[in-house]
Amino acid sequence: MLGYDTFLASKAIRQHPILSMLMALAIALGIGTFMTIVTISYSIGKNPLPQKNDFLYRVQLDAGNPDRQSNDPRSRPDQLTYTDATALMRTSAAWRQSAMFGVQGVVRPEREALHPFEVSGRAVYSDFFEMFDAPFEYGGTWSTDSDENSERVVVLSKDTNERLFGDQGSVGEHISLNDELFRIVGVLDEWDLVPRIYDLSFSPPEETFLPFSTAVEMEFRRVGSTNCWQPSPPGREGFLASECVWIQFWAELEDSSKRDTYLSFLDSYAMEQKQFGRFQRPLNNAIHTIDEWIAYEREDDGGLTIFAIIALLFFIVCLINTIGLLLAKFLSRTRELAIHRALGASRRALFWRFLVEAGCIGLAGGLLGLAFTWLGLLGIRVLLRGQDGALHLTQLDPLLTVVTLLLGIVTSVLTALYPAWRGSRDTPGVLLKGL
Amino acid sequence: MLEMKKVSKRYRTSTVETRALAELNLSVEEGEFVAIVGPSGSGKTTFLNVAGLLESFDGGSYELDGENVTQLNDKERSRLRNQKIGFVFQNFNLIPDLNVFDNVDIPLRYQRVSAGKRSELVESALDTVGLKGRMRHLPGQLSGGQQQRVAIARALVGRPRLLLADEPTGNLDSNTASGVFDLLLELHSTGSTILMVTHEESMASHATRSVQIRDGILQAE
Repeated sequence: MLGYDTFLASKAIRQHPILSMLMALAIALGIGTFMTIVTISYSIGKNPLPQKNDFLYRVQLDAGNPDRQSNDPRSRPDQLTYTDATALMRTSAAWRQSAMFGVQGVVRPEREALHPFEVSGRAVYSDFFEMFDAPFEYGGTWSTDSDENSERVVVLSKDTNERLFGDQGSVGEHISLNDELFRIVGVLDEWDLVPRIYDLSFSPPEETFLPFSTAVEMEFRRVGSTNCWQPSPPGREGFLASECVWIQFWAELEDSSKRDTYLSFLDSYAMEQKQFGRFQRPLNNAIHTIDEWIAYEREDDGGLTIFAIIALLFFIVCLINTIGLLLAKFLSRTRELAIHRALGASRRALFWRFLVEAGCIGLAGGLLGLAFTWLGLLGIRVLLRGQDGALHLTQLDPLLTVVTLLLGIVTSVLTALYPAWRGSRDTPGVLLKGL
Repeated sequence: MLEMKKVSKRYRTSTVETRALAELNLSVEEGEFVAIVGPSGSGKTTFLNVAGLLESFDGGSYELDGENVTQLNDKERSRLRNQKIGFVFQNFNLIPDLNVFDNVDIPLRYQRVSAGKRSELVESALDTVGLKGRMRHLPGQLSGGQQQRVAIARALVGRPRLLLADEPTGNLDSNTASGVFDLLLELHSTGSTILMVTHEESMASHATRSVQIRDGILQAE
């Protein structure tokens, strides 16, 4: 009967094209507004490395200000001090691990045609690339010796390599970075890591990667936040020994069963530090999977939640309008319904036919809603023009496309439940009497 | 074929209760052509709606083709209506945006007849009423008489045991009405059982039996 129901639904829709279009439009407006916000929210919270979720952990150590005690577990700093980051790196508690921070450097190309230019960089340990599934086009990461000896080695992004060497692989070549020669050990392939989960930025991965110790030794200009709860002693060594937090730390464990063990290790480390007068607050260390870290960092994003609630309310208003329109549409067809009832249609058959009709209108509403969502995202992309991640945040992915269409069908069928019940319950004899 | 015993029907509003049928007894044998006659408001149409399972009744019992319909639920009543009863209404009651073929096709759809068989049965029914050449026309493109012939084809197409006609010529001019009535007589001659509501004595006189109804009470049989 579905085929026949669809045939009659298409007839009914064409019979009242304006009313049908109004309903589809009401659903589409609601869906368009709601899905625009949902898409942005989804993009912000999307984990680009789901396969790593059970293995990679962001590390937080609470070496915060002892004079500002708080019961809020979120009062712990997001980043680590240099003392703690390097101390953890000296242990082998994690399977892989990397402390890291963002840097900025200047490349002086050998080719005279090219002027010196600034590059973004990240100071990391050799494990970093495997931890974050960075794809290499040429070469690979550097050795642990390079980490320990502050060697001048570098991994270039694909774009930077092309800028300096064209299409050629450049492994073994040298570049001048901050006036020192760095040997190129690897060139990354296209790396679509959005958001860049290691620092939750929507910028693309950096243009250069160099050993953590090298960047510290050469005093590369740091990029990113630095928070100090007490003044840093003067000089570079003073800063490195300070309680300022500025380093992100990630650990990779063999599997999730090692999570508790690793956290115990961090607590032991903190207890040990207490003996040296540090970590004076109650133990409040934590490790987070990628999903947990994204959720943790986005928890304060109240603005988006308010927008989502407003969009949802608007969607509900649109659906209430649709209920009224459907009721009017269904009740205006009493004669036709009575004829079908007289010729053998049961109440249930008519009820299902109404739902099929509502589903068809919902599909049209979903398709139109998809167009409105696309327009909404386009508008937001224009507003965010020039900002990192604008394109990523405003892209409708295949899953959300399907969700949008299903939302149109499901919500329209749900809104049709009462009108369909109301429209199908009259007795045919009573209806036919007036005809 | 049809056996009603003490069937009664009342309409109730918040303030008024109206008796439409009062302990009505009627028996119709297979192959009969029974005319129900009576003035306006006498309960003729209510009787036909109850007989056609379009309305429920308050008291009494009703057997259709050996099946007691008193306790049937909506789904079972709909099935019986679809398989055993054909309706011809005064106002034709064709669906205006379905063409002639699709209008006649409706009862077969609810019988879940295959597409090929449906096509065969619809064409045969339209051939019987002389409208096979108008299958793709919309009802609005046909005359009143042609529309009523389509309605008769639709009533016949599912091979019902009982044909219920409510003033089938009431909206037609005398020439056309005569043609439609001849068609009903022809159907009766081929063995159809027909129950026809009319207020025209001339038509009732052609029936094998005539029954008077007044104030919901069957006056004579």
